[in-house]
Amino acid sequence: MNNLVARAKELLNSNSVQVVIGYETGPTGVARPAFITNSEKADRLIYDERCVQNLAVYLTKHEVRKLGKAAIVATLPVMRSIMMLISEQQIIGENLVVLGISSEGNLLDIADIRVMQGIIEKSDLSNPPEYRELLAALNKMSPEEKFAYWQKELSKCIKCYACRQACPMCYCTRCTVEVNQPQWIPVQANTHGNMEWHILRAMHLAGRCISCGECGRSCPVGIPCHLLTMHLTDKVFNYFKVYAGTSDKMSSVMSTYEPNDKESFII
Amino acid sequence: MSDFEPKVVAFVCNWCTYAGADLTGTSRIKYATNVKIIRFPCTGRIDFMLLLKAFANGADGIIVSGCHPNDCHYTSGNFHAKRRWIMFKELMDFMGIDMNRVTFSWVSAAEGARWAEVVNTTVARVRELGPYVSYKEMVNKSVEEEVKNE
Repeated sequence: MNNLVARAKELLNSNSVQVVIGYETGPTGVARPAFITNSEKADRLIYDERCVQNLAVYLTKHEVRKLGKAAIVATLPVMRSIMMLISEQQIIGENLVVLGISSEGNLLDIADIRVMQGIIEKSDLSNPPEYRELLAALNKMSPEEKFAYWQKELSKCIKCYACRQACPMCYCTRCTVEVNQPQWIPVQANTHGNMEWHILRAMHLAGRCISCGECGRSCPVGIPCHLLTMHLTDKVFNYFKVYAGTSDKMSSVMSTYEPNDKESFII
Repeated sequence: MSDFEPKVVAFVCNWCTYAGADLTGTSRIKYATNVKIIRFPCTGRIDFMLLLKAFANGADGIIVSGCHPNDCHYTSGNFHAKRRWIMFKELMDFMGIDMNRVTFSWVSAAEGARWAEVVNTTVARVRELGPYVSYKEMVNKSVEEEVKNE
């Protein structure tokens, strides 16, 4: 990715941005996030198939905000996260340089938000193919099998909240989980409380999840919690014909309504 | 299970269904006594977590009811609620939590007889389904885990 390094150097040298958020190779050979503030260190930047983490999560962190104007290496999910964060007024689009990466791994020239919007609109926004099979298999199960499956999976949860921390959309500084009057979610990890937590998380991400799968990847005990939010992403599209992160002006599905929303179960 | 009496919790809005339930009473219409009514300012206030807490605390069935669309006291609370319930139901179905035990309905302040009908049909359905054993088992098992860990 010589282009990427060159572009990062150019941005840092001209002082257009103060930090470039990208990937570098960590000591064990895995890709890890890099925050490059000095153009001499920009050679560290990489982009290859190991770089899967959704970097947009860092844009709302105060440690990164205080570094100044940022440029960010952005694949499609990251671009959609950025769109979502702008539409929810968490970041200002003009204060961000997007170093877009195409699905083939080439550097894209993204001058502003409109260009990024065009790229997003041309892409496939449904759930990534690698998750569709499992989603379909789960949907085919009987209710008892589904309940048993999720009990088994969620009993492993240790309530580390990595799924929340890794998610760019989970930026609330005070999460319902930390509320203790009333105590919505029990502090200790047990199957029932874990299930309540994952239902809460999925509901709060309904219509906002951009299907990057970062929650599932970040889980240290391998709970496929991304399937819950991805399932709702499918359903939001079925009912309301929208995908999250397609426009910087969109209002969240769950905080708006149409008088003629269709359902069949309310008597 | 002949002596099984379902416990049904009803989350209702202050302006329509609660007034409707009042009318049922003043009209001397008889309906199942299994229902415990909880009054809310609006259906928009009814957090989905409250439904989960109801199941966790022993409810076998749930009724959620408020003003008909376009009749909300706060103009749009029930529309927001509708979207929330659409998504909640889809998520619950995906996780295998029994949504046959939950009735969503619109009951206005003038529909006293309809409220009795909604309660009676829900209670009859839950009676048929029996106690919500699988959810209660999960809750009890989790409590036991806790006791063991202490």
